Order: sequence, then C-alpha cells, then structure tokens
Amino acid sequence: MLGFLKRPVVVKADINLNVVVLTAVALLSRLWQLAYPRAVVFDEVYYGQYISFYMKRIFFLDGSGPPFGHMLLALGGYLGGFDGNFLWNRIGAEYSSNVPVWSLRLLPALTGALLVPMAYQILLELGFSHCAATGAALLMLIENALITQSRLMLLESVLIFFNLLAVLSYLKFSNSQKQRPFSLSWWFWLTLTGVACSCAVGVKYVGVCTYLLVLTVASVHAWHLIGDRTLSHVRVLCHLLARAAALLVIPALMYLLFFYVHLILVYRSGPHDQIMSSAFQASLEGGLARITQGQPLEVAYGSQVTLKNVFGKPVPCWLHSHQSTYPMIYENGRGSSHQQQVTCYPFKDVNNWWIVKDPGRHQLVVSNPPRPVRHGDVVQLVHGMTTRFLNTHDVAAPLSPHSQEVSCYVDYNISMPSQNLWRLDIVNRESDTEVWKTILSEVRLVHVNTSAVLKLSGAHLPDWGFRQLEVVGEKLSRGYHESMVWNVEEHRYGKSQEQKERELELHSPAQMDVSRNLSFMARFLELQWRMLTVRSDDSEHKYSSSPLDWVTLDTSIAYWLHPRTSAQIHLLGNAVIWASAGLATLVYALLFLWYLLRRRRGIHDLPEDSWLRWALAGALCAGGWAVNYVPFFMMEKTLFLYHYLPALAFQILLLPAVLEHLGDRLCRSPLLRSLFSGLVVAWYSCACHVFNTLRPLTYGDKSLSPSELKALRWKDSWDILIRKH
Amino acid sequence: MLCATSRLLAARTATALPAQPRGRGPGARCRRRELHFPGHPELPLGDFLAGRLPRSSVSAGRRAILRRGRMPPAVRGGPAGVELRPRRGRCGPQVTRAVGPDVAAEPTARSPKRPARGSRRFEAAGRWALLALVTLLAFATRFHRLDEPPHICWDETHFGKMGSYYINRTFFFDVHPPLGKMLIGLAGYLSGYDGTFLFQKPGDKYEHHNYMGMRGFCAFLGSLLVPFAYLTVLELSKSLPAALLTAALLTFDTGCLTLSQYILLDPILMFFIMAAMLSMVKYNSCADRPFSAPWWFWLSLTGINLAGALGVKFVGLFIILQVGWNTISDLWHLFGDLSLSVVTVGKHLTARILCLIVLPLTLYTATYAVHFMVLNKSGPGDGFFSSAFQARLSGNNLHNASIPEHLAYGSVITVKNVRMAMGYLHSHRHLYPEGIGARQQQVTTYLHKDYNNLWIIKKHNTNADPLDPSFPVEFVRHGDIIRLEHKETSRNLHSHYHEAPLTRKHYQVTGYGINGTGDSNDFWRIEVVNRKFGNRIKVLRSRIRLIHLVTGCVLGSSGKVLPKWGWEQLEVTCTPYLKETLNSIWNVEDHINPKLPNISLDVLQPTFPEILLESHMVMIRGNNGLKPKDNEFTSKPWHWPINYQGLRFSGINDTDFRVYLLGNPVVWWLNLLSIALYLLLGSIIAVAMQRGACLPAEVEGLSQVLLQGGGQLLLGWMLHYFPFFLMGRILYFHHYFPAMLFSSMLTGILWDTLLRLCAWSLASSSLARGIYAVGLLSLLLGTAYSFYLFHPLAYGMVGPLAQDPRSPMAGLRWLESWDF
Repeated sequence: MLGFLKRPVVVKADINLNVVVLTAVALLSRLWQLAYPRAVVFDEVYYGQYISFYMKRIFFLDGSGPPFGHMLLALGGYLGGFDGNFLWNRIGAEYSSNVPVWSLRLLPALTGALLVPMAYQILLELGFSHCAATGAALLMLIENALITQSRLMLLESVLIFFNLLAVLSYLKFSNSQKQRPFSLSWWFWLTLTGVACSCAVGVKYVGVCTYLLVLTVASVHAWHLIGDRTLSHVRVLCHLLARAAALLVIPALMYLLFFYVHLILVYRSGPHDQIMSSAFQASLEGGLARITQGQPLEVAYGSQVTLKNVFGKPVPCWLHSHQSTYPMIYENGRGSSHQQQVTCYPFKDVNNWWIVKDPGRHQLVVSNPPRPVRHGDVVQLVHGMTTRFLNTHDVAAPLSPHSQEVSCYVDYNISMPSQNLWRLDIVNRESDTEVWKTILSEVRLVHVNTSAVLKLSGAHLPDWGFRQLEVVGEKLSRGYHESMVWNVEEHRYGKSQEQKERELELHSPAQMDVSRNLSFMARFLELQWRMLTVRSDDSEHKYSSSPLDWVTLDTSIAYWLHPRTSAQIHLLGNAVIWASAGLATLVYALLFLWYLLRRRRGIHDLPEDSWLRWALAGALCAGGWAVNYVPFFMMEKTLFLYHYLPALAFQILLLPAVLEHLGDRLCRSPLLRSLFSGLVVAWYSCACHVFNTLRPLTYGDKSLSPSELKALRWKDSWDILIRKH
Repeated sequence: MLCATSRLLAARTATALPAQPRGRGPGARCRRRELHFPGHPELPLGDFLAGRLPRSSVSAGRRAILRRGRMPPAVRGGPAGVELRPRRGRCGPQVTRAVGPDVAAEPTARSPKRPARGSRRFEAAGRWALLALVTLLAFATRFHRLDEPPHICWDETHFGKMGSYYINRTFFFDVHPPLGKMLIGLAGYLSGYDGTFLFQKPGDKYEHHNYMGMRGFCAFLGSLLVPFAYLTVLELSKSLPAALLTAALLTFDTGCLTLSQYILLDPILMFFIMAAMLSMVKYNSCADRPFSAPWWFWLSLTGINLAGALGVKFVGLFIILQVGWNTISDLWHLFGDLSLSVVTVGKHLTARILCLIVLPLTLYTATYAVHFMVLNKSGPGDGFFSSAFQARLSGNNLHNASIPEHLAYGSVITVKNVRMAMGYLHSHRHLYPEGIGARQQQVTTYLHKDYNNLWIIKKHNTNADPLDPSFPVEFVRHGDIIRLEHKETSRNLHSHYHEAPLTRKHYQVTGYGINGTGDSNDFWRIEVVNRKFGNRIKVLRSRIRLIHLVTGCVLGSSGKVLPKWGWEQLEVTCTPYLKETLNSIWNVEDHINPKLPNISLDVLQPTFPEILLESHMVMIRGNNGLKPKDNEFTSKPWHWPINYQGLRFSGINDTDFRVYLLGNPVVWWLNLLSIALYLLLGSIIAVAMQRGACLPAEVEGLSQVLLQGGGQLLLGWMLHYFPFFLMGRILYFHHYFPAMLFSSMLTGILWDTLLRLCAWSLASSSLARGIYAVGLLSLLLGTAYSFYLFHPLAYGMVGPLAQDPRSPMAGLRWLESWDF
C-alpha cells in the first residue's frame, strides 16, 4: 500500500536557458514603457470604439473581422476596469484617467513577446539546429515593425501569434505521430492546432490563409498515411477521423462559439442597428425592440404598418410618401405623371405609415375579429397621412427610365386611371396560405395590372425629391433581387375611422408587449452575412500602400506624433532583415527547384530525410509567406503595411533555415565554416545596428532633431514627420 | 502524363494475361470482334453499345489486350462468383506497377493473331457513319429556322455592328480581342453583306440586308462543337456509347443551340476551345510516337486553336491554362523518364515552346496586325488611343494634321495624358460632393472626345483676351507660368491643400474662379520633359508637365475610377511626389489658334509593338470598367450550373417572337449530378488505389479512364468556371457555356463507366448487358424527349407567357425564376 514510498519523489526539469533568456529579453522589449504614449495611436482609435461598445454592452457591426480579436482586446479593458467612457474620435488624443492603457495594450504585447520563443521552437521542430533556432528568435526579437505593432492596442501580433501557434502545434503533433500516435501529447497538440487555427481566423479573416495551409499540409500527410499499408483499415480510419474532428469540427465549433459569446456580450441596441434586419433589431434590448414589443403578429385588413426594405442599400429605409408631387418635366426633358411622390426614407417619420386596405371594402379600421392578410391576397396600400393609394403605371421612373414610376394616385381627370391593386407575395413562406407576419415575413408587392414589383432602385432623387431614395416598379422578369423585398417593421391595428383621429393615432407611439427572439443560428447567419457584405468606402488612406511596396519596404506609416516635441512612432521594418528575408525566399525557391529537377533525373543531392525536412520547412515557411501575402493582390480594400507582418513572420523563420542549409552544403572545410559564421555574425550585428538606429521611431521615446530625422529618411517614400518651426 | 500511364496500363494488363485462368483462344476473340461490328444487321443493341473502340495508334495486338481489359466482363458469361475468384487471384501482378515502362514492349511480343481485315474495315466504316450521323444531327438542329427571328437579337447589336465596322474599315474600340469580330466581318463580307445595316438596337428588322451569312457562319462553328466533343470523349474513353451520350447531351441542349444560332462571339470562342481540347487529346495519344507527323500536326494545331481562343475573348486564357498544365505534367513525366537523354527531353521542350508558345503568340499578334491594317478610317474608338495612334486613321483630325505647331497664349487645346488609356483632361458643370475636398467643380480625365475637354491657355497675370488682333502672338515657353481656363465653364484649373478624392496622399484638383478670375492657386508652371528653359512648346511632340506654383505638386491622373458622382471618369490629382511617371506627363493634342498658320505635321507613327501594348491596356481598362451596380439584378456564378435563370434573346411581351437562352434543364441537372457522382466515385477509387486495394483488371481499366480522362475534363470545367467567382466585372449567364461543354463530356464518360461498373457487379451476363443498354438508351432518349419539350425556347415561341396557365409552356416552368 505504501509502495509508492519506496521510491523518492523526484522532479526532473530540463530548462533551456536559451529560451528563458530569449523570452525574458522579448518581454522586456515589448513591455518596456508600455503605457507610453498615453494617447490614441493610429488604429487604436478604430479598435477602441469597439472596446467601448463591449464595455457598454452595445451591439455593433464590424466588417473587418470576426469578433474574437475585438473580444480579446476588450478582455484587457475589462481586467483593467475600463468603463468604456472615452470618445475615440482622433488619433493623438490624450487618454483620460479612466482608460487603463497598460492593461489594454498588455495582451498584444504578451503575444508579440511570445513570438520569440515560438520561432525558436518551430525551427527546432522542423529539425534545424539550436543555432538556427536561436537565430530565428533573435531576428524576431529585433524586428522593429513587429515590436511597434505589438506594443499597441492592435490585432496583428495576436494574429501572428495564433498563426505560429498553429504551425508549431501541428509540427509537434506530426513529430509525435512517428513515435506515439494517440498518446496524450498527440491529442493535445492535434487539438491545439485546431484551436489555434480557429483563433487565428477569429482574430482576422486573413487567418484563413494559414488555416488552409495547415490543412493542406495535414491532408498531404494524411494521404501518405492512407498509403501506409502497414496500418490496418480501422486504424487509418481512426487517424482520419481524429484529424477531421480536430482540424475541421473543432474550428467550426470554436468559430460559432466566438459569435455566441459576442452576441451574449453585446445585447443592447446601438448605432449600428440600422444595418440589420428588423427581426434582428427586435432581438436587441432597447431600440426597435422597445417599439415593437407587443405588436400584433398578423397583419390584418386595416392594419397600420411601416414597410422597410430588406436589402437596405445604399441605406436602410422605409417606404415613404409626402405631399409633394413629381415635377411635371424633369431636368432632362422627360415628363412625369405629376402625381404624389413615393420614396424610400432613411429616417423614422410619421409619413412612413401605410394602411393595408381590402379593395372590396371601404373601411380603414381592423374589424373584430381581425381578418389576416394571406399570401396571394390582393390589397391596396393607403398612405396614412394623405390617404392616397399606392399606385404604379406605365410612366418612366424619374431616375431609372427603364422601370415604372410609383406614385400615390392623384386624379387629374386626364384619363389616367388609378392602378392601385397589389398582390402580396410572401417570399419566405412555408405554405401557400401563410399569413403576413410583422417583421418575420419578407414580402414582394406585385402590381396586378402590370406585374411590376415595388423596388428600391438605390438612386438618390435630386432636390425636388429631398434627396430621398427612388422607389420604382420593376418588371418581375428582370430577376429576383433583395431590393424588391420589404417587411413590416412597426405595426398596429387601426382603430379610427375619421382621418383627423387617424392622424393623431399615427403620431402616437405604438405599444404592446410580446418579445420575439431569433434563434442563435439565425442571428449568427445574419450577422456573418452582413459582416461579409458590408462595404467600407474604398477611398484611399493617406498611409495606404500597395502589396508591391511591402517587400521592398517602400512605405511606412506614421502612427503617432508627440503633441509638442518631434518624438514620433512609425511602423518601419528593420531594413536589413526585410532585404535578407526576401533574398532568402528567393534562394530557397531556386534551390528547391534545382534539387527537385535533379531528383527527377535520379540525382539525390540530399539524403531522403533531410530532403523531406527541407521541403517541409519550405512548405510551412515559404508557403506561409506566400499564402499570407499573395491574396492581398486580389483584395480591393484599403491596404496598409501592417497587413504584411504575418507574411513577414513566416519569412523570418525561413531565413535561418536557408542560412544553415547553405552553411552545411557550401562550407566543407573548417576554415570556410568559420568564415561563414563570421559573415553571419557580421550580418546580424548590422541588423542590430539598424534596429538601434530606428529605435527612436519604434518606441517614440526620444525627440530627434530635424537633421537627425532627415538622416533617418532612407527612402523618399517614408513619411517621417518633420516639424516646421 | 497520359502517355506514360497508358503504357503502364498496357503493361499491367499484359502481365495480367498469362495468369488468366480461363484461356481464351484467338477464335473466341475473333468472334467477339465480329460481334462488335456496328453495322451488322443482327447485332444486339447492347453489344453494340458496349463495344469500345480500339486505339488507332496502337498495334493490333495491344489493341486486343486493351479491349479485353476494358470489356464489360459480364459479356463473357458465367456466374459472377466464378468470375470474381480468379480476378482476385490475379492481384499479384500489381507489383508490376513498379517495374516501369520497359514492360511496355511486352504486349507486342505477345500479340495474338491479327483480326480479319474485312471486319476492321466495316468497323471503321461504322465509326465514320456514326460520326457523320452525329455531325448531321448537329447541323440539322443548328441550321433549322436559323433565319428566325429576322431582327436583331440581344448582343447581335454589338457584334453585328463590329462586323460592319470591319467591312466599312472604321476604327472602333471593344473590350474583346479582334479575331471573333473579324471573322464575323469576313463571313458577312463573303456572303455579300455590304455593311450598311446600322445594328442600332435589339428588335430592329434586318429587312433586305443579308444577315444569314454571319448567322450561318456562327451556326456552322456552333454545330462543329458536337462532333468535336464526340471525338474528344471517344479519344479519352475509347468508348462509343460515352461519346454518343456526350454528343446527344450537346445536340439536345437548348442553351448551346440558342447560343450557336446568332451573331455572337460565343460560338466562335467555344469552337476554338473545343478544337484546342480535341487536338490536345489527340496529341496526347500520339505520345508514344514523338516527333512523328501526326504528333507535330496535333501539337501545332493545339497551338493554333489556343491563339484562336485567346483572339476571340480573354477567357480563352483558361484553355491555355489547361493545355499548359497538361504540357507541364507531360514534360515532368518525360523528364523523370531516365531512359530518355537530357537532349531528347530538351527537344521535347523546344517543340512545345515552338508550337504552344511561339506559334500562338505569332498568330495572336498577326490578328492584331490585320485588325490595325483593315481598320484605317477614323471612327468611334479614336479617343481611347494616344494622339500618335490617332494620326494613323484617315478622317481623324490628326491624320495628316494641319495645325499650328507651337503653343501660343490664347490657343484652345485638348490635353491628353501620355499614359495609355488615361484620356483627356476634362471638367464639367458638376461639383465634388460634400465631404470630398472643397465643393468646387470636378476635374477628371475622360476617354471620349468631348467639348468639355477644351481648355484655353492664358497668361497668369492678365485676363485680357489674347486673341485680340492688336496683340502680337506670344508663344508659350518652357518654364512659363500659365493658367488653364476651361472653355465651356470658364473656370481655371486649380489645386490646393485638400486631399484628393481617392488618392488621399495627393492634392485635389478642381475648377475654380468665375469667368477666368480666380486666385494664385490657379497658376501652373509648364515644363517640357528633357528641355531647356525658353524653348517653345510643340503640339503633339512635346511631353509636358504642369507644376502647381503654390504647392509645388505635379498635375497627374491616378487612373482610378471615380464613383457615381464623378460619372465613372478617372481621378485627376496633384501629386506632391515628384517621381517621373507617365501619369503626370501630358501632351497637347488638338490646337486651335486662328492667329497662327496651320502647318502640316507628321506625327511620329507609333511602332506596332507600341500599338499592341496600348490596345491591350485600353481593353483591360475597359473590362475593369464593366462593374455591376447596386440594387440591380445581376447573374451570379452560382446561378449558372443550376440553370437558375436564362437570358432573354428576343421579345418580352406575349405578342413578340420570344427566344430565351436557357439550358435544357434535364441535361444541365444531369451534368450537375454527374459532377457530384464523379467526385464521389473518383475519390473512392483514388483512396482504394492508395490503400493498395486489388482492383480487378476490368475495374482497373475503367478507373483509369475515369481518373485520367475524366480528370482532364473536370479540370477543364473547373478552369472555365471557378475564375468567374473572382471576377469583379458584370457577369452573364452565357459565360458558363464553355464550362458546360466540359461538364457534358464528363457526364458522358461518367455514366458510361458507372453503367459498366453496375453491369460488372451484376450476376448474369444477359442481365448486365440489358441493364447497360437500358440505362444508356434511357439517358439518350430522355435527353431527346426533353429537347422535344423545351425546343420552343430555342426556336422561338409566340403566345402567352409561361406564367400564364393558358400558355403551352406553362407546365415547363419548373423554376419560378424562368421567365419565358
């Protein structure tokens, strides 16, 4: 029973002092004076507002990336006790005392510092020497751009961290595959790969590139596994299932989890509500939910409704009409019907109210019991304030001459009859007798006479139309489009038969009480879809650049300038490292091609295992660089130098690998070998020197004189700010 | 790649032979061959359909072996159980896979008796007859009612017009390369069309104009698609039924039919794509006899067709990629074949470079040479090109230009950016919208010739009219400070410290001032590149820069397209970076000054490579400009394979003659299903082979066809389809048709293989044969019947729309989005 006492309890620990020292130095370099400058630096202004939203639990929509990254930053704010009260409006604005600058910047800085030991580990796992691994870590340590980016409240260093973590854990996993498959550590690293991948995707969409790379490498390995005939079918199946679960299922679940947490955190309505559908808005606390609470669900004859366009581009808006008529003659000489304008109006207004009327009856109130309107029914829509009927006819619309004009009918006695019958077509119906439901039903209004569909054309009317949006009738034959679909947002049963009373009724707020909650999946899908389709204005920023400028470091970004002195922070890379990393990639590609061709002709320069190692290093490092760089050429959004940093991190990993390979292959004699090491040391001190020279711009702690700044402007295209006195 | 694997396959089946338990004499083989004779009167249909064709280029012995390997085994008779055991027993020879290509020599050594000469001839005759039948049917369907409707349909208005331009030799601009339109023009010219029809808008009647030549030409090329697909599938699968099925799918597809019947680029494009594919496949099967005459023939024909495809539309690039991929993998295999010396591999490489790169490039360039030679009159496309280029066109005001040579104050000029496809400095009575710099008049560059491109050059300090006859003429000199006044609006070219609308690093350029009176921000220093101070400035020749006096920036065009408020013209900025780029260099094109004598100028004629480059730049810019608008229905790539919505070629109302481009839904949905089935089956087989499963010889043969031949077709489909997802330009349904050709061919191969596999796995031979025949026949008849149902879409229909229950087509509106 006491057998375990027979042996002493011994803890053996191998501590790699290299790693410890490197980590310590990295932490020092990233955390030193972290709270300086105590002002908003560059994109902090952008991320900061989302942190404030999180702190205040207000819903927002950001098309630039999934919410995980924002949540991580917000976590820093939460731990630092940030209350969200700061106006993020200007770069360079001083932080007020309630902003916990240090803890907000802590997480990016920590992840940035951890890149250094991770670079070391990755090179080791790739099968390179400790020397090369130390080299990679040292290079990571003195890369100015990485330091700048990780010392601020920005997401790139977090993204790079997860990218490298995914690669590192996959390598650990595949190395333990050879020895002990299905062991604890095997499972751990496999799962960690999936988790890291999903985190990378969750921080920024660009993380998908690294995820795909890891997936590709994993599937190539899996394919070899399938070809391994020493394994039984069942065992191969187990291997494949384990991989699929860890690399496909876990990331998908994690991704959903991010959104789940996000939607739980931000449950209050806020300024971004308008982009979302009415149903989504109604699920948020406050805002539309307060208004729509307890509305009757089923639209009946006599209902008073506002109709919102589902597509909502260029802006979300409601079907609207007002006293003014279309001008008799347009600027271009075409004529109009001169009837009352019908537009789409992006603000809540009493003129947005319409009454659903049964064409067969005269009354505008809801009968008791209410008679619901169903799919396929023919209705008339009466404008609440003017009691005119929604009408369309074969007259060209003001701005889209190929479509029909929509108006509220005014009888001028000029033998232009009113054509005000509309057939209700519920797009998302489940049965053909479905009832028109508030918020939930998406309907098309098909004109009975001309089979035109009520549509938001997206054009802004000129001054006579008060710059509101044009509404037209378009022939159904042009195809289905979301801009033809409308939904009832606000709704109440009309009670007053007299026009005066009705106007009063329209002005009074609708109130009743039921809350309708969407399921999580519906909310997730809608949010995801809006995030992917929301279009930011593609105008160029002062510091934006094109991907071609990045490799040669032809661009810089001025992040911050001290309000009084000329101390400033710039995103600037270590020129020596950038140049040599680019060169190393080229050398790698050429060497790889050369070896490959020679192997094909049966000449094996490298033994099999070192060839495999060489290829794997290339696939992960050069491949990682390529997949994180090339897609930017196809992107149409505004690009900045910092978008290159994930690619650069992979390139830096490749650099020592290539150097070691060259050293091994070229230097046969001890003399050559020492010469080579001498060169490498000289080159590294050169990089150190550059780091040191650019350090004032990286940390922004030292005010330089104009002449010193001028001396630092090595390239004309670097925008180093020089104060004119 | 194909060459090596087919050789390998032959080797494997060959080595498999001796192990076959039931020895089969040559007599039996002969009997079977006679059974295969397609024209035989007593031939059971199943047998005929099951017959696979011999490979023409392999020796008779090998052919026999190949055939045995691929025959649906059920034909052999005997219960399946008996069949299966020996097959499993033959797994041993799998090892031969590693032996390498040397084994390929073996089959000839084992060659059995030659078949009877007569039967071979009959077989060949039968094959030709079948090909003729397929071709005839294709031509019959395409030429049936070709003349209807006798009015312009859809894009005929563009391409017919461009054909007329060739006949009239007027210069025009289009976003597609010239070959297709040139051929249309040629067809029209040869058939007696005189180029006088205006092709104004769809629906215009042709009246007496001869349009049948052009339509006939397109229909001819469109008809050839069917035999090409037939031959390609035959070559890839060696199976007549597969080829027949493919031909039926394409013949009976209403979409292909409609698209082939009108004056469009698509039939020409698809013709070249399919021809390139066919010649590539043919060339692949010549791989065992490199450098022979047929080898060279097919290789160079591939190159020629590639040039044709690219010369019609830029999407021809996709077939180039496919051929390129095929060539690279082919070379990779040759390179890895250690029995070939490096010199031989080098020869292979050179031959491919010659035939697949040099030859197509030469031909492609030649089409442009013809294009520029034929079009020598000024026309609607002039403004898109540089001043020097326009001087080539007779009728253009720069042709044999007679204008004042030196720039003087008071001259009315147009200023053109030297960078290709940038256009003229332009302004108009519209202001920059709120929030974008100062709310002053817009200044842009514009590609068309327009009155708003005119500027008056004035002295900076006086506003007196320099054309007043009492003043002496004063020339503008390098380094002078000038003002440019917009002639139509009398505003000065102006810049200031505001961000430019799109390129935020640059300064905004506006039109400012009233009647020419502005402020000091209107002053520009005019400089000639590489000249000394004081020199006069020459029209057309001098390359000038305009430097803003106050801010020191240089006037340039960024080449970015302004949003809707700027009428999608290009942005003009003032750049503070004094880099020498073409964007900031301008030349003076038109020059009007009544006080100066007109001198005839011979402008430096651009060289042919310059013209070529320039026209490509203009085309790329034009293509990028075709952007879809918000709130507008646009066709999305995912709509296409599911046949979501068609395109209306002619007619809208129920009284019109309506033609609707829509794929035959039976064919298209079958294609869609086939792709999914193919992926499933292909991955099962690939995994099984990777696991080292012992496939029976028959399955092995079938799976080779499926993976090799089907793989090429799948690649073709993907290459012609997926890139559209990345394209920003506006897309149409008809862009899918090249991909549809590939997926139809894949369907042919897949179903043939699938039915054979089914037949193989079944017990009795007669049942298997029956299943195979019934399956295939039902596919063929099904497509034919669906064509019978849907043919009004292509041949035209009159009467109520299909939404109307009275319409005969009402029952055929299977999707709500179809609106015929």
